[in-house]
Amino acid sequence: MQESTLVSPDEQHAAPLAVEMRAICKAWPGVVANDHVNLAVRKGEIHAVVGENGAGKTTLMNILYGLLRPDSGEIFVNGQQVHLSGPRDAIRLGIGMVHQHFMLIPPLTVAENIILGSEPGGVWNVLDTRKARDHIMTLSQQYGLPINPDARIADLSVGLQQRVEILKMLSRGADILIMDEPTAVLRPQEATELFAVLRKLVQEGKTVIFISHKLREVLELTDRITVLRRGKNAGELVTRETNQAEIARLMVGREVLLRVNKTPAKPGPVVLHVENLHALSDLDLEVLHGVSFDVHAGEILGVAGVEGNGQSELVEALTGMRKVTEGKVTITPIKDGLPGETCDITHLDARSTRKMGLAHIPEDRRGSGLVLPESIEDNSILGRQRWPEFSWRGLVLLLSKITEWARRLIADFDVRTPSATVPVRALSGGNQQKVIIARELACNPVALVASQPTRGVDIGAIEFIHRRLIEQRDAGKAVLLVSAELDEIRSLSDRIAVMYEGQIVDIVGPDATEEQLGILMTGGHIEKGKEEGAQ
Amino acid sequence: MFWHIFLRVISSSDLWAATLQFTALLLLPALGGVISERSGVINIAMEGMMLVGAYAGVMGAKATGSVVGGVLIAIIAGSLLALVHAIVSVNFKADQIISGIAINLAALGLTNYLLPLQTGGQGVPSLGNNLRLLNISLGPISNIPFIGPVFFQQNIVFYVAALILLGIHFLLFHTNAGLRIRAVGEHPQAADTAGVNVQLVRYMCVIGSGALSGLAGAFLSMGIAGIFNSDMTAGAGFIALAAMIFGKYTPFGTAGACFIFGLGEALSVRMQDTGISPNLLSTLPYIITLIALVGLVGRTVAPAADGIPYEPGGE
Repeated sequence: MQESTLVSPDEQHAAPLAVEMRAICKAWPGVVANDHVNLAVRKGEIHAVVGENGAGKTTLMNILYGLLRPDSGEIFVNGQQVHLSGPRDAIRLGIGMVHQHFMLIPPLTVAENIILGSEPGGVWNVLDTRKARDHIMTLSQQYGLPINPDARIADLSVGLQQRVEILKMLSRGADILIMDEPTAVLRPQEATELFAVLRKLVQEGKTVIFISHKLREVLELTDRITVLRRGKNAGELVTRETNQAEIARLMVGREVLLRVNKTPAKPGPVVLHVENLHALSDLDLEVLHGVSFDVHAGEILGVAGVEGNGQSELVEALTGMRKVTEGKVTITPIKDGLPGETCDITHLDARSTRKMGLAHIPEDRRGSGLVLPESIEDNSILGRQRWPEFSWRGLVLLLSKITEWARRLIADFDVRTPSATVPVRALSGGNQQKVIIARELACNPVALVASQPTRGVDIGAIEFIHRRLIEQRDAGKAVLLVSAELDEIRSLSDRIAVMYEGQIVDIVGPDATEEQLGILMTGGHIEKGKEEGAQ
Repeated sequence: MFWHIFLRVISSSDLWAATLQFTALLLLPALGGVISERSGVINIAMEGMMLVGAYAGVMGAKATGSVVGGVLIAIIAGSLLALVHAIVSVNFKADQIISGIAINLAALGLTNYLLPLQTGGQGVPSLGNNLRLLNISLGPISNIPFIGPVFFQQNIVFYVAALILLGIHFLLFHTNAGLRIRAVGEHPQAADTAGVNVQLVRYMCVIGSGALSGLAGAFLSMGIAGIFNSDMTAGAGFIALAAMIFGKYTPFGTAGACFIFGLGEALSVRMQDTGISPNLLSTLPYIITLIALVGLVGRTVAPAADGIPYEPGGE
């Protein structure tokens, strides 16, 4: 394994290793997840493990936490070789892990979740909630992580749930904290808070292993970086001596364009017209208070906003998944540069809006984008299974055509999979997203609604997806892009609509600064003169 | 005429004593179902476990010449059958419904096969009073009018069932072990990462459900009937299953549901001289249940991981 060549003076007296994994191998039929992977984490550092989805980060961490047993390789914790036969062993060695999908039990309380598995008094004792509560309050004060021990997990925000996970590790006396993509589910403010917490924990003598593919975070937070690529070590870096481009290159194995290259838009006629749209939330309160905008052929309209200001409901209302209570949505196909017949799609259901040419990349790919246990083939025609290309009179599926179609999508969209028949559940997040994008784009839509298209997707796939969205724009489609990532909105959009409390407060140009967007997103106004003076 | 008889039946202590007897009979397997499903293993095989328990109880009592021996053998028999279910569904991750159906059918076939072999074809084995589980009177309080005969002259198993009800409630909601059971049934992966042995918890709970069903079987054959008949459980295990769901997988809710079913059972026996078909009468509790399910109880939510085998480290 290559050692970092530049060793700064203070690192010559580097702390001893908290964790050392040597030549770890783990394979499943058809997939080699870890191929002689090495990892060396020093005591008291924040060590990043980065790599694309499917690079083997999570597998490596699951091995370190005893959830998976390696086919070969050695693990040392604090200098001692260990054999982990389950999480119980890892916990005993002071290893804690916060999984990407939280390991919390929703109907149980915070206190019950934290003590589970290491209850005071042992298994056969009476559940002592008071003692548990006191214990948690002490921890919570010690580390500055306020929490209500009696709250049910199901009632907590994602940020608070993560806090419970961290407290759970600390309550077991964990010294080595594994954080598996902890920011994937957090809002920006929550991520900032998390970083402060992790820094504090390191000051208290803990060691943190930070799994991520968000390079900005890795650079901001960590001390050293181990890069994995396709199950192998791709490099080990000292954070303050590297940069985004270098990490990205090691991760992907080639130069990566971190900025999107695009030509100026050539907007055509209006394709998607939204007028005074009103809709109710799941709690029957009005969340959209008269949203109006147009998306032209050949442009990307970005929708920015703090999450929870009606963006999700807007997308659902447009795509036939939420009832529109007032207002109008129309779609106008473009033929040979000329607008065709305008269709009112306000009250159509999801199947009919899709038929009218409105493609939809939903924000929750696991929940509404894919049927996880089903194959890529089946998922590749989802929502279009009645189309004459795929079925005889909408009754009998034409399986060979579907197979052919799925294989074509896999090739065209670079979906990395052993075959077209594997369940999509077995794919990495980025490849799952590619299946959705392939399905939606390959049907030659009139307009495209893309909601959080790169959420939880790795850097190589992000680049790919961004290129595809630009391609759609350049092919004269109208693209509505809803994203919580301001960078994404700013680099892709030709115009940016800012949503605040269920309304579009302003539509600005792509050169609006992050600061200006931030003001709009929180309900402020920017003066027109200032906007022009920007950049 | 009808109302006259109805009022007489309703006001008799016999009806309520019989109701509580049936309630206890249903409650034991239903509580077994509660702990099994709370740990995430669907158990529809209480019927078969009861039947085997009923058979083993009678045969065991005869063989050992002791009531306690019979009851223990019934409990062991129920537990062994449950162990099969645990192995099939926890280790081999097979479909738990199919395993349950297979166990029910096998139990019926097995008892029908063994019965003539062991009795030499001499009809059904009945027990003398010395080998039966008998009703006991709890001292002077058993003489209180109405209350006494209803509550304090019950079969010994009734009192045991009442204690088990309290015990299971306490176990599930007031002990660390109960926390683990609930956690394993809701989110086994979370429990595993927290250091809980998911398989062990599930094994214990399934075997516990078999033990309780076996005890219920002994109650039926050694207590209520004093005899073993082919297929004598006659669906009681399935009614217990319904009571568990109706009771929202909680011990007390389940007990309430068992009481409604028990009342229906007792009514259909006692109301026969009203001239209404007893078959029709026996549908009454279920009609009440349907109405209650729609109007009063609301949606029943099973434990989130109920029926899903656990795959460690999987996604």
